[in-house]
Amino acid sequence: MTTTAFEVLGVSRCYRRRTDEVWANRDIDLDVPAGDVFGILGPNGAGKSTLIRQLVGLLQPDHGVIRLFGEPVRSGPRGVGTRLAYLAQDEPALAEMPMATAVSTTARLRGRSRRDARAATVAILDELALADLAHRPLVTLSGGQRRLGCIAVALAGDLPVLVLDEPTTGLDPVARRAVWEAVSARRRQHGTTVVLVTHNVLEAEAVLDRVAILDGGRVIACDTPGRLKASVSDEVRLDVVWRSDPPLDDSAVAMLAARASRNGPRWSARMNELEARAALDGLLSGPALRCLDDFTLATPTLEDVYLALGGRNDDLERS
Amino acid sequence: MTGRTQVHERTSTAPPAVAAPSFAAAVAGVYAGQLARARAARGPLLFVAVLQSLGIEILLRGVVRHDQPATSSAIVAGSTILVSAFVGLNLLAQRFGALRANGALDYYGALPITGAAVVVGTAASYATFTIPGALITATVGTALFGLPFTYLWLAVPACVVAGLALSAVGAAIGLGLPRPELATTVGQLAMTAVLFLSVIPPAHFPAGLRGVRDALPSTYPVDALAAALRGHPSASGQLWRLAVAMGYALLALALAGRVFRRSVDRARG
Repeated sequence: MTTTAFEVLGVSRCYRRRTDEVWANRDIDLDVPAGDVFGILGPNGAGKSTLIRQLVGLLQPDHGVIRLFGEPVRSGPRGVGTRLAYLAQDEPALAEMPMATAVSTTARLRGRSRRDARAATVAILDELALADLAHRPLVTLSGGQRRLGCIAVALAGDLPVLVLDEPTTGLDPVARRAVWEAVSARRRQHGTTVVLVTHNVLEAEAVLDRVAILDGGRVIACDTPGRLKASVSDEVRLDVVWRSDPPLDDSAVAMLAARASRNGPRWSARMNELEARAALDGLLSGPALRCLDDFTLATPTLEDVYLALGGRNDDLERS
Repeated sequence: MTGRTQVHERTSTAPPAVAAPSFAAAVAGVYAGQLARARAARGPLLFVAVLQSLGIEILLRGVVRHDQPATSSAIVAGSTILVSAFVGLNLLAQRFGALRANGALDYYGALPITGAAVVVGTAASYATFTIPGALITATVGTALFGLPFTYLWLAVPACVVAGLALSAVGAAIGLGLPRPELATTVGQLAMTAVLFLSVIPPAHFPAGLRGVRDALPSTYPVDALAAALRGHPSASGQLWRLAVAMGYALLALALAGRVFRRSVDRARG
């Protein structure tokens, strides 16, 4: 039997600005199995950070309930902070602290003894290759180093649940790998549950066991990445880049123009395989070929799932 | 759309929770972290605070005669406590206002500690931070005005209590007001009130302003230090004044601790 880490039941939160009501999220239902790496994916403004802040007890829902291992989520000394570590998008509270102090202070505030906190700090900074920066205030470091330092802070205290809001934003590939290795090691050794927010599609596909896709404050899909992609498997994505204006009277270009989302010379369209083959034939054999700079034909990604389910924005990251 | 799955057992193998730190350990943790931050961030500001108070002492030395110990002691005591007001009221109100505005309270809010521990630890670190500057101001002022050094040691408890009380008020201002600019403005106005109502000897005030002066938490450590610098402090009087300032500190800390959680919930609203 799988144990549930988070249970989210009918959660909504509304902000009232003068006479307007803005729903940050609405009727969210989720289960996060213990030991999973669970992702929350969506474009900017989808309500990801609101949901994360509700999961860690920082923001109370107006309606609904959230439980962690069966207990209602709340903050304070007897709250979820005894089981989960939270990494926000930024940690301005720690900015002027030396990195080692930030990690050891956090470990102490998560209930570790002074000696344990010191030992854990050395181990974590070594693990993330940050030992040389241990005594530098976070604010003096580059964006990537600072982010990695904040991840070290999240790992302090070895808590069984990690809630990470866009953990790898701004990190180079080597640092990203170090972060995922550190997370995987904790999952392997301690069964750590990880909930992470991302708007990076490739990262989501690579590391997540399950993913909830949010749009407009609602969950529009929730499953494994593989099953979600299979739900739109009859479609492919054709991306083309033009080096000059294409002939719009060409039938293949006209068909593409009608269906593609356009970003300057970059066009991207989803269609079934037969349509894609016909479009490519037309582009490669007709007058449009002279204007064509590059093209790619790709199988569905989580972004395609998002768009197929009616997602309104297309600003998910693919890098 | 629902993200719920059907086959889960709820609580049987939940991982154990860690023991949250005690209130004292949480305060000590916040205090240690803030003190480390202070070394990196607050040195230049403390320099400004001390320079301001020394400047006031030097300026007023030119208009006060040697045979006016009541006036001299009030000036030195007021200038000394002004260092605490600059750091506690002004800087801490700014700091908490900024923490609230940029979502930095989330860091503390997600830890298994109370808001009161955050406020007490931070206020204590700011109070500690004021002590060296306040003692320099007290020593230089005592020498400058030719006052007795005998009871100057009383500047230590006076500065500690004043620092805690004013830092607590600064924290309450920073956490309680809805916008950081407002917190900064109110903190600076409060510091200005301390400047005028503490440095100027009370005998020179009209009766109405004396009531306002008596309502300020800084008044009691100022009066305690002034009595010490005149060379004849009474033990009971000193204890009473410091106890009143401590009462202010506890009230303001309790208030700031209460608004902390509300501030976290509203910080991103």
